[in-house]
Amino acid sequence: MKIFHAMGLTLLLILATLSSSGAAEADLRAIIAKFATVTDFSQTGAVVQELAATSDRAVERPLAALADGNLYIRMADSMVFIGKEGDENVQLFDPLSGEAAGEASPDDLTQIGVNNTLRRTIRDALGTLTLGSKDPTVRIAAADTMFKTPDAANIQPLDVAIAGETVASVKALLEQARAASILVSDQPYADKLAAIAVIGARGDRNAVSLLTFVEANASGDVKEAATAAIASINSTLAIWDAGQNIWYGISLGSVLLLAAIGLAITFGVMGVINMAHGEMVMLGAYTTFVVQQVIRTSFPGLFDWSLIIALPLAFLVAAFVGLVIERGIIRFLYGRPLETLLATWGVSLILQQAVRSIFGPTNQEVGNPSWMSGSFAIGQLAITWNRLWILVFALTVFAVLLYLMKRTSWGLRMRAVTANRRMAASMGIRTPWVDALTFALGSGIAGIAGVALSQIDNVSPNLGRGYIIDSFMVVVFGGVGNLWGTLVGAFSLGIVNKFLEPYAGAVLGKIVVLVLIILFIQKRPRGLFALKGRAVEA
Amino acid sequence: MITGRFFAPGADRRIAITIFVLLAAAIIVPLLNLAVSPASAFYIPPYMVALTGKYLCYALLALSLDLVWGYCGILSLGHGAFFALGGYAMGMYLMRQIGSRGVYGNPVLPDFMVFLNYKELPWFWHGFDHFWFAALMVLAVPGLLAFVFGWFAFRSRVTGVYLSIITQAMTYALLLAFFRNDMGFGGNNGLTDFKDILGFNVQADATRSALFAASAVTLALAVFVTWAIVGSKYGKLLMAVRDAESRTRFLGWRAENVKLFAFTVSAVMAGIAGALYVPQVGIINPGEFEPSNSIEVVIWAAVGGRGTIVGPIIGALLVNAGKSWFTGVLPELWLFALGGLFVAVTLLLPKGIVGMWDSWRGNAGTPRAVPLADKAHTGAGLVSATSKPARSPARNPGEWSWSDPEPQAAE
Amino acid sequence: MRGNFSTITKMVSASVVAAGLMMSAPARAADDTIKVGILHSLSGTMAISETTLKDAMLMLIDEQNAKGGLLGKKLEAVVVDPASNWPLFAEKARELISKDHVAAVFGCWTSVSRKSVLPVFSELDNILFYPVQYEGEESERNVFYTGAAPNQQAIPAVDYLMSKDGGSVKRWVLEGTDYVYPRTTNKILEAYLKSKGVPAEDIMVNYTPFGFSDWQTEVSAIKKFGSAGKKTAVVSTVNGDANVPFYKELGNQGIKAEDIPVMAFSVGEEELAGLDTKPLVGHLAAWNYFESVNTPENKKFIADWHKFIKNNKRTTNDPMEAHYIGFNMWVKAVEKAGTTDPDKVIDAMIGVSVPNLTGGYATMMPNHHITKPVLIGEIQANGQFQTVSKTPGLVMGDEWSDYLPDSKDLISDWRAPLSCGNFNVKTGKCGGKGTN
Repeated sequence: MKIFHAMGLTLLLILATLSSSGAAEADLRAIIAKFATVTDFSQTGAVVQELAATSDRAVERPLAALADGNLYIRMADSMVFIGKEGDENVQLFDPLSGEAAGEASPDDLTQIGVNNTLRRTIRDALGTLTLGSKDPTVRIAAADTMFKTPDAANIQPLDVAIAGETVASVKALLEQARAASILVSDQPYADKLAAIAVIGARGDRNAVSLLTFVEANASGDVKEAATAAIASINSTLAIWDAGQNIWYGISLGSVLLLAAIGLAITFGVMGVINMAHGEMVMLGAYTTFVVQQVIRTSFPGLFDWSLIIALPLAFLVAAFVGLVIERGIIRFLYGRPLETLLATWGVSLILQQAVRSIFGPTNQEVGNPSWMSGSFAIGQLAITWNRLWILVFALTVFAVLLYLMKRTSWGLRMRAVTANRRMAASMGIRTPWVDALTFALGSGIAGIAGVALSQIDNVSPNLGRGYIIDSFMVVVFGGVGNLWGTLVGAFSLGIVNKFLEPYAGAVLGKIVVLVLIILFIQKRPRGLFALKGRAVEA
Repeated sequence: MITGRFFAPGADRRIAITIFVLLAAAIIVPLLNLAVSPASAFYIPPYMVALTGKYLCYALLALSLDLVWGYCGILSLGHGAFFALGGYAMGMYLMRQIGSRGVYGNPVLPDFMVFLNYKELPWFWHGFDHFWFAALMVLAVPGLLAFVFGWFAFRSRVTGVYLSIITQAMTYALLLAFFRNDMGFGGNNGLTDFKDILGFNVQADATRSALFAASAVTLALAVFVTWAIVGSKYGKLLMAVRDAESRTRFLGWRAENVKLFAFTVSAVMAGIAGALYVPQVGIINPGEFEPSNSIEVVIWAAVGGRGTIVGPIIGALLVNAGKSWFTGVLPELWLFALGGLFVAVTLLLPKGIVGMWDSWRGNAGTPRAVPLADKAHTGAGLVSATSKPARSPARNPGEWSWSDPEPQAAE
Repeated sequence: MRGNFSTITKMVSASVVAAGLMMSAPARAADDTIKVGILHSLSGTMAISETTLKDAMLMLIDEQNAKGGLLGKKLEAVVVDPASNWPLFAEKARELISKDHVAAVFGCWTSVSRKSVLPVFSELDNILFYPVQYEGEESERNVFYTGAAPNQQAIPAVDYLMSKDGGSVKRWVLEGTDYVYPRTTNKILEAYLKSKGVPAEDIMVNYTPFGFSDWQTEVSAIKKFGSAGKKTAVVSTVNGDANVPFYKELGNQGIKAEDIPVMAFSVGEEELAGLDTKPLVGHLAAWNYFESVNTPENKKFIADWHKFIKNNKRTTNDPMEAHYIGFNMWVKAVEKAGTTDPDKVIDAMIGVSVPNLTGGYATMMPNHHITKPVLIGEIQANGQFQTVSKTPGLVMGDEWSDYLPDSKDLISDWRAPLSCGNFNVKTGKCGGKGTN
């Protein structure tokens, strides 16, 4: 019986939509035309409400356009259009049908302004309207919106939607939205208690937010139930929070690893105190910027590939600069590590100023490709895509480097030269080239780190400065000359830092980490994974 | 060359000349500033006095680094921290001297504390209203920090690049700490708007000249002390530690104590430099802890020639004069010039200006001024070539050590 | 030491002569130009913000010369680079005034650079135009503050968020970089919010270091704080470089402006140029000028700027407008005084009124601050701001905040006979609050 009832309702709704569309289109146009007369946001809001009240799916298009700031008024005849900004003119489309309606110069158009309050109103209105959408992601978004802005009037459409819903996960969300709406309605206590149970099972921050609101406004059993539900959610969330902190730590660790791994080659393996390392990272980031600029102007379709394209280029650019530095300066300074510090510091100043002269001192925009934007959730763990990809990327780079060093003949030569230059030379290894290529490799790795870091940080001439000290700390802490040490060092520093941060604050947390490193070096003067040797000078 | 004759007879004579020139400047510059009329060609404007006074403080800082780097092989990348701590101690005294002349007119609390709602003076600010106390702190705070830091580091035999990196970590941690407003040192704005020092207006020409004279005299004194230290038996030990630390130890000397003494003395010198610097520039802020500042000090010493006493002073004066000139005339090119200088000096003048002068004159034989083994450039655990063969076979491929005994020749 | 003395005397006198030669250069300074000092960092960390202001000043001086100069003389810009180094700011200021004999200096960005040069300007009696919004709590005879005081930015911004249009915010996160401007602004805001009945548990204050780049923990703390069933907003005094990673993290963690709007005081068009603003649409900023403001003056200014800098993509921003106003005020005051003598110009400045770029007038008040409109803008997808609220009239800069216990009794008035920057209305004395 119940099913028939629901089906009937759905059918009715669909019929109503269909029948109204023809007759009501004129009415809708009349309402939309009112946009031309609005003078402030509250008036726009009133028109939006009026449109939403028609419950007509056709208003979705103009409302969505308004929320995006794409609704225009042609000043000549006060007609309302959806506009799409082109190079010079704005292309116009009919607000209801979406048919092209010519184009106009921006000077002849007025954009209808929106603010956050209006956007929220539109979102709520669209939420109700899009409940019946065919696309499950749209339905999820609608359920989410309705959960965040519960309204007693939502209960009925939600009932309809729940009855018609086939996807279990969406259905659960709809039921939670319905429960939220019940809590703010004047339904009986029993229903409210049931609703609290549904929301309590959801168990996320939004649930706490809603329940806190309920707790403050209700009394009796409902209040107690809400309090109990909040306490239960909070205790679960506390565990998730710890997990979240570990994730933040791992993510910070992966950034540190990326920043430090090139240095682990140039400093750790070769013994060059490469102060220009940060600038190699910066060059990589700027290469990404240039690649994106070219793609934006010439091949807009390739934007999502921009990072992949930038990777080899950044490697080549940074490796080439590294090669020049090695051949031009560092090869004269082998065996004098502290002097390489001074020379490379000089190089870093020159590179910074050069980039500043070429690109200007301001930040450059490096966009996130779509696969690196946004986040997803595992349970209550929010994981952002860009951080996840950076972690994957850092580990990949590490694995490749490790393979290169330990399993290839070039890696063998590299290690031979750094272990005993003369012996290696007498075995027929061309040591100068191995030096040059090793330094180029370290610099190139720094360059591709720059591609990844451009996704989360400023792309400015100062980019490298922010990472250089941290990178040195990671390499020294992990043990110079040991790639595994760098890996462990980066992740342990990242996690310790992130665990301290909530208690000590960002600044004090960092100071504590630095002091810990200083103390640690006293305990183990050669770092975490010290190389064993029998050198007398210890 | 007239000057050539003076440099020829070797280091002792050179020290005497330096001290004499400094003392002369301490008398002549203030005289030319105060007693000569502004119209005269010999008049030195107050602007110039303050500027050169600042340079002299930098020179003192470079000299203090020279004592540990040039003579003991400890490349400290944190000397700016000692300089800044000395500066803060002096700054706190100057802050307290403002009294009720601050914008809020609070007789006890400095302005920044008033608007950050401090109710009373933090405990560590007490005593700084007395000059003697502040002067004591100028010596004690950097000295104590260096002593504690060095005691741990040298006893654990942290050497070479590891030591450089942890000194850098130290100054970086202090930088972050002093940036915090909760620390009670004025955060990023630091301490400014000084009025009096020992009852004299810090902006008066006479005070400026007096501060200049004090800087010059202190520098002269520091030159003498450094010279006395490196000339003594202890100085020979210093250089022995620099050139072959293990051998010194095997001979029965406590290398860590030798280093600790030099490090502490050097930190105190840097602290004094900071204390003289602050009233002359009128501000002390956490920016002085910036690791890049400490690295710049290293380049001053390197340009002039480390291990020469006079060299770092010349280096500091030249680089800073260059900086003042470039940032005024060709601001865009300043970093290119500074960066180029870093590269050029390490490649072309590894011994610095004074060192090159000595080799050019062919009298590099003064033993205390030049490292024993020519190739042991930095003292980063490098030993002279004779001990090489003994250790090389013990190493496996892939193993690599900072104490690599083999100074790898340029190829 | 035999025979040394004469040579040493020669050396010393030689160096003195050299110093004298260096000094004689400014003495020859010709009288046919008026020199204007520009004291903005062109290298180091602050170059990112300050270089633009140097270029803006050069453009303004060029334009003035094209109009025939000032008092019949050409203006000449003297550009120096204090390299983001605070003591160097003081040194360069001294050099500009004593060596180059400039008539006025336009410069500084950070509060610490201003604090560093203050004693120099009062000692050598010259004029500094300071174009950036700042924490207030200062009024010096030799400084003209053309940027916003806290009441010209922070308080109207919070008022907007509390209004119905702004979303009736009940819960506040005050997020800032740990330095004086955010500290003071947040102190003022806290007092202000409490006076409006916001309970202490609904205010969260957090500070991060300069150039902070890992915002994960902070952003999730904001999220957590925002899930208490009350409308929440973030008031951000996060400085320059740290903003890009902050906004990127906000976007990625899905904090939408509709849910938790972020109101920033240090994010302008220049900072947004380094960002993809699509995920940030709707987040707010409070300034006294936006590039998107549609007035003829602004259109002309932007066109001139693009022509001068030869790049149509370069944005304009609030501090540039402040220099535009400050420079025009100075020109007017010099014309009024008939001389560039700083002493006379300082007196002539008060009351000078020039058009600003947003269709109104900026007037120099006796406290050396100016009148400004306050605009609230929402970030748009194209990297510009859209004005969503504008104060009905002009707001006068209030140097001594009424919301801080130690400064509420102070006023500043540089006109005779008061001529005092920190006059206490309670005690009737110049010189601050005095003993409690």
